[in-house]
Amino acid sequence: MNMQISRLVLGRLGVAFVTLLIVSFVVFAATQMLPGDVVQILLGQAATPEAVAALREAMHLNDPAILRYGHWLIGLAQGELGNSYANDMPVADLIGGRLANTLMLAAVTAAVAVPLALFLGITTAMYRGSVYDRIITMGIVAVISVPEFMIATLAVLTFAVWLKWLPALSFANEVTSVTEMLRVFAMPVITLCCVISAQMIRMTRAAVIDALKMPYVEMALLKGASRRRMVLRHALPNAIGPIVNAVALSLSYLLGGVIIVETIFNYPGIAKLMVDAVSTRDLPLIQTCAMIFCLGYLLLITLADIIAILSNPKLRK
Amino acid sequence: MTNKSVTNWTSRDDAMVENAMRRGATRRDLLRMFMAGGVSLAAGGTILGRASAALAATPVRGGHFKAAGWSASTADTLDPAKASLSTDYVRCCSVYNRLTFLDETGTVNMELADSIDTSDAKVWTIKLKSGVTFHNGKSLTAADVVYSLNRHLDENIGSKVNSIAKQMVEIKAVDPLTVQITLVAANADLPTILSMHHFMIIAEGTTDFSTANGTGAFKVEVFEPGVKSIMVRNENYFKSGGAHLDSFEYFAISDDSARVNALLSGDIHLAASIKPQSIRLVESQSGFDLSTTTSGNYTNLNMRLDMSPGDKAGFIEGVKCLLNRELIQKSVARGLAEIANDQPISPMSPYYNAELKPRAYDPEKAKSLFEKAGLLGQSIPVVASEAATSSIEMATLLQQSGAEIGMKFDIQRVPSDGYWSNYWLVAPIHFGNINPRPTPDILFSLLYDTNAPWNESQYKSKKFDSMLVEARGELDFAKRKTIYDEMQVMVSNEAGTAIPVFLSNVDAKSSKLQGLKANPLGGQMGYAMAEYVWLEA
Repeated sequence: MNMQISRLVLGRLGVAFVTLLIVSFVVFAATQMLPGDVVQILLGQAATPEAVAALREAMHLNDPAILRYGHWLIGLAQGELGNSYANDMPVADLIGGRLANTLMLAAVTAAVAVPLALFLGITTAMYRGSVYDRIITMGIVAVISVPEFMIATLAVLTFAVWLKWLPALSFANEVTSVTEMLRVFAMPVITLCCVISAQMIRMTRAAVIDALKMPYVEMALLKGASRRRMVLRHALPNAIGPIVNAVALSLSYLLGGVIIVETIFNYPGIAKLMVDAVSTRDLPLIQTCAMIFCLGYLLLITLADIIAILSNPKLRK
Repeated sequence: MTNKSVTNWTSRDDAMVENAMRRGATRRDLLRMFMAGGVSLAAGGTILGRASAALAATPVRGGHFKAAGWSASTADTLDPAKASLSTDYVRCCSVYNRLTFLDETGTVNMELADSIDTSDAKVWTIKLKSGVTFHNGKSLTAADVVYSLNRHLDENIGSKVNSIAKQMVEIKAVDPLTVQITLVAANADLPTILSMHHFMIIAEGTTDFSTANGTGAFKVEVFEPGVKSIMVRNENYFKSGGAHLDSFEYFAISDDSARVNALLSGDIHLAASIKPQSIRLVESQSGFDLSTTTSGNYTNLNMRLDMSPGDKAGFIEGVKCLLNRELIQKSVARGLAEIANDQPISPMSPYYNAELKPRAYDPEKAKSLFEKAGLLGQSIPVVASEAATSSIEMATLLQQSGAEIGMKFDIQRVPSDGYWSNYWLVAPIHFGNINPRPTPDILFSLLYDTNAPWNESQYKSKKFDSMLVEARGELDFAKRKTIYDEMQVMVSNEAGTAIPVFLSNVDAKSSKLQGLKANPLGGQMGYAMAEYVWLEA
């Protein structure tokens, strides 16, 4: 079994390497297709041809783009992320604090959303067709259908502007106590939970219901196992594979896709940094952010696969 | 205080009255203004009382002021030469000083300079104030000024005002507190030019802008590009008393409604530049008010004179007649605009030509002009984008007016990303957006001179160019005004730039925040508010 997992991890590492390479090239190519370059964006309306030429020269941007991409790739191989074009600060410094903020928000959201989703998913499967199941399922459909900017804005209007219970902005770096943290994270976390748990709940429910239809569950029933034992002991272990994958997909979204929440709550995370980088055509920064998102995604998926293999005797031979 | 006898009176009008008072209107002038507007004498008195109270409050020391602008990015900078976003301006104004600054009436005041003199408008002698120190304790000398100004001439720096600075052919230190600037040709506006935000004075030899060593009222404590900056009071500030605030925090919330919500929930004291749509929400809550500035920002429709259809006689005049300025003012800007007359100098400027009336909305005249130009019935493409404020709404109005007389305008809506390099100045008919500039000379040289870098409609007139040079060297105000008056008429009639309205900037703020005044250089007191405002307990 250990052999199989290490083979999987090694294989995944190889795939990850190739994927990262391809992604970085695609991102590079896409950036080249955007109108204007960093110099034109920085100079804005003041971009006269002479000013553009001079600044390009000063910023060493006269090399062909593909060559600069090559330099960046070689630098990356040596663990050097390079400097941002827009402000000449090391990319590592720019990303560091904001990556920590993003991970923090993702961790808090996951800590709330995953147990909640599993609980709701499993219980709705257990009491399929009941009033409870219907209410929860309807609720989920409603939540999925409302876009997150709407949930976020409504939350701000209600809790910050009207009731004045919570701050409208979330500054991760101002947190000094646990109560403070709860107040600051409350609204972004509620919003994100709405977005990501819906999918997890539905996947969990479907997977558990699937497992419950299996003959061995019927056998357990005939043997007189309680409903709880039937679900938790017999059906759930076999449903873990799809559930973990659904959780991994939802969590990978938290790494790079929370731009709307970051914008509305003014949370200095990495998604907004990436958007900034794209709008200033800051290639090293765009590439590094893309690498982080891609790496996070691959990591989560691999982890989900390992858990699925461990949980399923059929898969580990 | 309730204003029982006035209906339809909003804080917008309060702001207008305050503005008028600052411009020097007497009580009698204002009451006459109210009478003309149908406001009774008694009610007028109430309004005046409120406006005077707002102007006469006493500053309170202390407090942490939090304000949010609308734009920030990883390109945020503490280098004044590169400042481009409003957040950069606000930050730079709080930590650096300029040689001169413009007060709320547009008059030049001395800041780091003690005096600026010239006899021929070509060679200027600037005496510096003594006893001014940088945050690191170094004294301000002429060498710092020379270094700061010379940076704009170095093309490797990428200064935003390189084209304006180029006229300074020699900048030298005469003695430790005297600088002499020689211009390539006479320019009486130099003191005003030096009040522009990019001409902030930094210490000689500064190349690292991860923090700021300025002479300003605040020192940088935290500076994170694209996130926030925190400034604390400089206790050794050269102006007596220094800043009222203990500290000042500035960041950007790009989403308009999120910015307003942050203000209303009490997280920030000021939300800069809010959209007209949010104004009613702020006005309906107690404890908040608005600060309105009409400082000369405009969105204009540019029709290139060297391309079809702008080269057909009568077409441009027709479009200018077809722009329903009143409707643009009322519906697009929701009343927060002043009607303009197709030339770039705003009513706030002392050089504004009040004789030149805006064109009336006249679709019939437009129709006959288009017919004469042989264009009636053709489809004319107009490029608009979110990048140029309100341009899409203006284009839609033009399209509707056109449809009524059988003229088809085809609106091509393009993304804001890359708009300034790909469409602006390029497309035959497109929208532009011009920020306020302090002098007519800068506006005309930048936008209408034959060789102007931003000649939006490719307007070329030898007569105009020579008048521009003549006015530039003229030290007598009345004579300059006569020349500028005529130039405004020329631009309005001949150039292909239709300027329908000057857009107002509206900052929403908590009523606790006091001391904020309008300034011709833009909202937030020309971005320099940090030094002047205070927080009431």
